Amino acid sequence: MSTTTTQSGSGAPAGNSPGHTGKPGASRLVSWKAGIGLSLLAILGTILFAFMAGPKSAGFGIAEASNTGASTLAAWITLILALVISAGLGYLWFVRRSGTGSGYATVPRWIPACTVAAVIALCLAALGVAKVSKITLESGPVGWICAVVLLALAGYSVFLTQAKKTTPRWVGGVFATVFLVGFLVWIVAHGNDAEPAISLAGLIAGSVTLAVPLVFGSLSGVLCERVGVVNIAIEGQLLLGAFSAAVVATVTHNVYAGLVAAAVAGALVSLVLAVVSIKYLVNQIIVGVVLNVLISGLTSFLFSTLLTADPDGLNKPGHLPPVDVPFLSDIPIIGPILFHQSLVGYLMYIAVIVVYLGLFHTKWGLRVRAVGEHPQAADTVGINVNRTRFWNVLMGGAIAGIGGSFFTLVSVDAFSKDMSGGRGYIALAALIFGRWNPIGAFLAALLFGFADNLQSVITIIGSPVPSQFMAMLPYALTVFAVAGLVGRSRPPAASGIPYVKG
Amino acid sequence: MKLELKGITKRFGSLVANDHIDLVVEPGQVHCLLGENGAGKSTLMNVLYGLYDPSDGEILVNGKPVVFKGPGDAMAAGIGMVHQHFMLIAVFTVAENVALGNEATKAAGFLNLDETRRKIQAISEQYGFDVDPDAMVEDLPVGVQQRVEIIKALVRDAEVLILDEPTAVLTPQETDELLAIIRQLKADGKSIVFISHKLREVKEISDTITVIRRGKVVGSADPSASPTELASAMVGRSVSLTLEKKPAEPGDATFKVRDLVVVDQNGQHVVDGLSFDISQGEVLAIAGVQGNGQTELTEAVLGVQPHVTGSITLDGVELLGKSVKQVLSAGVGFVPEDRKVDGLVGTFSISENMVLDLYDKAPFAKGIGMKPAQIASHAEQKVEEFDVRTPSINAAVGTLSGGNQQKVVLARELSRPLRLFIASQPTRGLDVGSIEFVHKRVIAERDNGTPVMIVSTELDEVLELADRIAVLYRGKLVGIVPAGTSRDVLGLMMAGVPEHEAELTAQKTHEGGTHA
Amino acid sequence: MPDAKTPRDEDDDVATDVALDTADGAMAPSPVPASSQGGTIPHAAGGSLFRQIVTGNAMVSVLSVLLAIVLGGILMAVTNPRVAETAGYFFARPGDMLSEVFKPYVALVQGSLFNWAGADTAAQLYPITETLTVSTPLIFAGLGVALAFRAGLFNIGAQGQIIFGALFGAYVGFTWHLPFLLHLVVVIIAGLVGGALWGGLVGLLKARTGAHEVIVTIMLNYIANFLLLFLLTTPAFQRKGSTNPISPFLDQTALFPELLGPQFRLHAGFLVAVLATVFVWWLLNRSTLGFEFRAVGANQSAARTAGINVPRAVVLVMALAGALAGLAGIAQVSGTEKYLSGGVAASIGFDAITVALLGRSTPWGTFFAGLLFGAFRAGGVAMQAQTQTPIDIVLVIQSLIVLFIAAPPLVRAIFGLNPRKKKNATGGHGSGTGSGATAGGKIESGAATA
Repeated sequence: MSTTTTQSGSGAPAGNSPGHTGKPGASRLVSWKAGIGLSLLAILGTILFAFMAGPKSAGFGIAEASNTGASTLAAWITLILALVISAGLGYLWFVRRSGTGSGYATVPRWIPACTVAAVIALCLAALGVAKVSKITLESGPVGWICAVVLLALAGYSVFLTQAKKTTPRWVGGVFATVFLVGFLVWIVAHGNDAEPAISLAGLIAGSVTLAVPLVFGSLSGVLCERVGVVNIAIEGQLLLGAFSAAVVATVTHNVYAGLVAAAVAGALVSLVLAVVSIKYLVNQIIVGVVLNVLISGLTSFLFSTLLTADPDGLNKPGHLPPVDVPFLSDIPIIGPILFHQSLVGYLMYIAVIVVYLGLFHTKWGLRVRAVGEHPQAADTVGINVNRTRFWNVLMGGAIAGIGGSFFTLVSVDAFSKDMSGGRGYIALAALIFGRWNPIGAFLAALLFGFADNLQSVITIIGSPVPSQFMAMLPYALTVFAVAGLVGRSRPPAASGIPYVKG
Repeated sequence: MKLELKGITKRFGSLVANDHIDLVVEPGQVHCLLGENGAGKSTLMNVLYGLYDPSDGEILVNGKPVVFKGPGDAMAAGIGMVHQHFMLIAVFTVAENVALGNEATKAAGFLNLDETRRKIQAISEQYGFDVDPDAMVEDLPVGVQQRVEIIKALVRDAEVLILDEPTAVLTPQETDELLAIIRQLKADGKSIVFISHKLREVKEISDTITVIRRGKVVGSADPSASPTELASAMVGRSVSLTLEKKPAEPGDATFKVRDLVVVDQNGQHVVDGLSFDISQGEVLAIAGVQGNGQTELTEAVLGVQPHVTGSITLDGVELLGKSVKQVLSAGVGFVPEDRKVDGLVGTFSISENMVLDLYDKAPFAKGIGMKPAQIASHAEQKVEEFDVRTPSINAAVGTLSGGNQQKVVLARELSRPLRLFIASQPTRGLDVGSIEFVHKRVIAERDNGTPVMIVSTELDEVLELADRIAVLYRGKLVGIVPAGTSRDVLGLMMAGVPEHEAELTAQKTHEGGTHA
Repeated sequence: MPDAKTPRDEDDDVATDVALDTADGAMAPSPVPASSQGGTIPHAAGGSLFRQIVTGNAMVSVLSVLLAIVLGGILMAVTNPRVAETAGYFFARPGDMLSEVFKPYVALVQGSLFNWAGADTAAQLYPITETLTVSTPLIFAGLGVALAFRAGLFNIGAQGQIIFGALFGAYVGFTWHLPFLLHLVVVIIAGLVGGALWGGLVGLLKARTGAHEVIVTIMLNYIANFLLLFLLTTPAFQRKGSTNPISPFLDQTALFPELLGPQFRLHAGFLVAVLATVFVWWLLNRSTLGFEFRAVGANQSAARTAGINVPRAVVLVMALAGALAGLAGIAQVSGTEKYLSGGVAASIGFDAITVALLGRSTPWGTFFAGLLFGAFRAGGVAMQAQTQTPIDIVLVIQSLIVLFIAAPPLVRAIFGLNPRKKKNATGGHGSGTGSGATAGGKIESGAATA
C-alpha cells in the first residue's frame, strides 16, 4: 500500500510522508473517508438491525382509503406513464453509456436521477394499482438482508479504495436507502404494540410539510451564498416573516396579504444585512448572528406587549387551507404527499424549480454565480457586483420570509415567541448538505424534515431510542456531513468576502 | 478607432497616481506604455476601462468626449482589456466566461450558449487559436487562458485592446506567439495598448512608446532607442542593468534533493522526480513559467506540502517529514512568493512580523512568555538596517508599500544564521530601487557562504542572480545550465525542450537569421 | 496589480481595513476588527486632538450605546398604551408623558446600579451586586468567544460548551463529597474539562476535516442541549423523588463562597472572572501561544509558513475557549443556580457573542461589555417587574449596540461626524513610496491593545 493513499482534502497538512519513495505515476490520491465511514455504519447497522432485531414485525401503512374510482384511474395512468418514462430514460442511459464506451462522461447528469425518480414513481403506482394498503415486514429477516447488503457495499467501497479508485456515488445512495429501510423496520418493530405499525404515507407527507420552511430558508441561503454573501440571518428572516404574516393577515383579514407581508418582512431583514455588510463592509457572519438576536428580541418584545394585549385584533390570522390539485391528488400515495398542500407548499415547488433554472440556465444566474466566484472578473465585464449582491440578498430574504409565513398561516394559527425554533440554522445546514444547489438543498431539507417527523412518530409508538437522541439526529447528521463523510464540495469562492473595488 | 486621453488625473487621497496624462492611440497602432511597477500604468488603464473615475481630464473616442461609468461603457465604446491577473472564473467553461456580461439569450432570459460557442469558434479559426468552448477554464494552461481573455474582448467587437503585462506568465516562446497574435490584430486594424516594463518586448512590438514615471508622462521614445536609454527614462536616473557581483566561490554541496515527487490533491505529479544539489556560496536559480512546480518545490522543502516522497537533505539531515518549525530551525530562510498571503500578517505590526517565525525563540521569548521590549528593539534595529520606510514599528505591515513589505520579510528571514536561503519571486511587483536592494542582499547572503535557491519566472532576474540555472517544466527538471546560457536556449528549455536540443535549435534559428 | 498599494477612496477607512484584513480579497475576513489585531492602522484621524477623540473608536462606542438606547426607548414608548394616553394631554402636562417614556429606563438603572429608593444601604447597593453576579457567566463565556474570534474562529458554540461545563461540574458537585475549597477546585476543573472537550471537538473537526466551525458549533449546541435533557431523565442526574428534569443540589462545599454575605447573591466567581480576564490578556498579548492564535486568526497561510502548527493552534484555542465557556457553566451551577436544570445555560452562550463583539474581542473590552450587558440583564428583570416592560427589549438594545459598533461609518454618518470631510489631506494611508504615512495612526494604538 502506497503511503500516498492518505486522507485527501484534510485541512491539515500535518506533515509529509517521510522516507518513502513512491513509484512515479502509480500514486493516486483516494480518500479513505468513504470506505471507513461506510464500514463503520455497516457494522452499526448489522449490530442494530440484525443482532438486535426484535421478535415483532413492522407494519407500514401505505394508503388511506380515498375516492377509489378516481384513485384507481389515476393509479393506472401514473403506472403507464411512469413505465414509459422510466423505460425511455433507461434506454437513453444505456445507449449513451455503451455508445462511446467512455462511461459516465457522456451521460447527462439528469438522466440517472430522473430514471431513479421514475422507477420509484412506478413502484408506488404499482402498489396503488394492486391496492396494497399495508406492508408488514419481519424485522429479523429484513434486518439480516439489510445488514448483508450494507456490509457488501462497505466492502466494495474499501476494495475500490484499496485499488485506488473512488467510490461511485450510487454506492452511497444505495447504502443510505438500505440503511434507512433497515433502521425504519428495526425501530418500528420495537414499538410498544403487539403489531407495531406506522403510516408510511403519513410519515412522508408530514416530512414534506415540516420541510417547507427549511426549503425556503435554504433557498434564501443558496441565493445569498451563490452571490458571495453568507446569510446566517435565515432564522431572523423566518421569524420576522412569521410575525408579519400573522399580524398583517389578522389586521387585513386576508391571509394572502399576510403572505406578501411575510415576503416584505424577510426582505427587510435582508435589507439590513445587505446595507451593513455590503455598504459598510461589516463581517457578514457577525451581521447575521446579530440580526437573529435583534429579530428574536424585537418579535418577542412586540409579542409580549402588543400581541398578548390584543390577540384577537393582532394575532389571529386565518389559515391557508390545503388545496388539492385536481386528478393529481388522487394518485395513491404520491398524490397525498405531493399534491395536497397549502399555497405555501406549492410555492415551495415553484421556488425550487425557478431558483434552480434561474441559477444554472439563465443570464441572471450566470452573472450571480460569477459574482459569487470572482467578483473582480464580474466587475471587469460590466456587472455591478454590489448591486447584484444587494438584490440577490433581498430576494433571498423575501423567499425566507414566505417560508416564515408557513409557521403562522399553515402550521399554527398564531404567532408565539421564537416559534421558528432554530429552523433557520437547520436550513443553513441543508444548504451546505445540498452543496449550494437548490435541488440538493431541497432534498437535504426533506431529509431533515423526515428526521424531525420520524422523531414525533416514533415517540408515539414507543421506541428503544430515547426521543432526545432522535431529536439530535438531524444535528448529528449535519456534523457528519460537514465533516466530509458525505463528500466534499466547495462553496462559492468569494462567499463571505466583501468586495472592495480596486 | 482613435483613442485620446487628455489631462487624465487620478488622485487617491493625497497621492496622485496619474498626473495630467496625455496619450493618443492611433488606429492600427501598437502603443506601448513603459514604466516600472507602481508608476501608475495600471491605474491609468483602469481609468480608461471605467474601473476608476478620473479625478480630472477627459477621454475622447474618435474625437468625441466620452464618460465611462463602468467597464460596460468602455466595452460598449470598443475598448477591451486583458488584465495581468486573468479575470476568468475558474469553475466556468470557456463559453460561459466569454458569454458573461454579454450573454446571448433565448426567451425569458435563458442562456443561448450555442451562439457563444459559434462566436468563439469563428474567432478561434480567424486567429488560429485552439480553444475548446466547453473546456473548464481551471483545466487550461495559462497561455490558453490568455487567449480566452483575448476572445472575450474580440467577441465584444473591441477596437482598442489593452494588454496589461501580458507576458508576465508566458514562456519566451509563448511570448513570441502572443506578439504574432498582436501583429495579426494590428493588421486587422485594431489598436493595441501594450503595458510592460520589459524592454525587449516593448522594443520588438511597439510603434510608439510612452514612458510613465511616478504618475507622469516623462516622454515618448522610439522603438529603436537603446535599452539603456529606455531604462533610464523609465527609472529617472541612469541604471546599470547588471548587478555587480563577484564570481561565486562554491563550497561543499550541503543541500541535496533526490527523486523529489510532490502529488497534489488531484493526484497530479506537480513535482516529478527532481534531483539537484546546491553548494555553499552559490545561487541556484529555478527558472520556468509560473505553475510548473516551482511553488510546490519550495513548499515541499519548507514542509507544507502534504504528499511528498523522495529526499531533501540539508547538512546531511533529512528535512522531509519534518514540521515547518523544525525545517526553519534547521537554518532555512524562506521568502514566499506571495508576501501578502504567506509572508506577512497584514494586520500585525512591523515588530510582530519581524519575529513571525522567531516569536518563541530566545531572546524574544522565555518559556511561554514573550518579551515585548526585546521584540521592539529588534524591530527598531532591523527597520534601520533594511531601510524600511515606516512611521513606526507599530504600524500594521499591510499599510506599507510592496517594497517595504518585502524588506520586512527579508529582514526577518536574514536575521538569523542561515544554512539555506530560499526566495520565491523575491522582487515581484517591486520598483527598481527595491529590486536592486533585494538583489544586493541576496548576493550578500551568498557571499556569506549560504546556499541560495532563487525561484523566479523573470528571465532577467534569473540571469542576473544565478550561478547555475535549473529549468523546470511540468514538474520535471529539463536541465541545469551554467549562468551564461543564452535567453533563446533558456526559453526553449522553459517550454520543455531538452538542453542539447534547445542549443541546436537556438543555433539554427540564429543561423537562419529569422529570429528578431 | 503592481500598484495595489495605492489607497482607495478618500472616505474609505473601512475599505482599507477590509483590504488589509483579507489581503485584497484573497482570504475570508477575520471576525476581529483589523485595529484589534496587532498593528496600528493609520486612519488619518488628522486635525485636532479633539477631532480624533470625537471620531475615534471610543466615541463610536459611546454613541452606539446612546443610539441603541434611544431607539429602544422609542420602541417602548410606541408600544406603551400609557404613553399614548399621556400624549393626549402632552401640552397640558408634558411631565406625565415624559415620565412614562423614561420610566423603564429609570427602573433599569435602579435595578442595575443603585436603588435610591432602597430602605437601607444594603438594599440600595443590591442592584450593583446583582449586575456583577449576572455579568460573571457573561464575562466567562464572552472571553471564550473572544479568544476563538482572535484565532479567526466563529465560536457560536458557547451555549453547548457552557452546558458541558455545567454538566461535568454539577456531577462532580453533587456526587463527590470533598472538603470545602478542594471540592470547589475540583468542580471548577471538571467544568474546565467539560467545556474544553466540547470546544476541542469543534477544533478537532475543523483541523482534521475542514468542517466550518459556525455550522459545527450551532449543531453541537443542539446536541449538547438534547444530551442534557436526556441525562436529566436518567437516575445518575435526576433528583431523587422528583419527576422534573432537575439534578440534586450541589454540596455546600462545591459552591462559590458569597462575597458580601447571604443577603447578596454576589459570589467569588466574579473574582475568578477578573482573574480569567487577566489570564486571557496575558495569553493573547504576552505568550507565545497567544501569538500563534492571533497569527492563525489574522492570516493562516502566513502562520503556517512561519512554522506555526495551525491544526494544533485551532484545537488548542477551541479547547481553551470551551474551557472558559465551561467556567460560565460553573458560575451558574456553583454560583447562582446551585443545581443543574435544562435551562442552566439560559441564553448566556448567545449573549456572549454580542459581548465579545462589543468588546472588539479584546479581553478587557469583553470584560466591560460583559458588565454592561450584565447590567442590562439585571436591570431588565427589575424593569419587567416594575413597569411590565418585557425583558426582551434588552436583546433589542444589545443587538443594536453591536450592530452600530460594527459599522462605525454608519454611526458617524448618523451623527454627522465624518472625519474625512474637514480634515486636512495628510495621506495617512501608506503611500506609494511608503514615506508619506503620518503619525496620525498612533492615537488608536492604545485602545487597540487594551
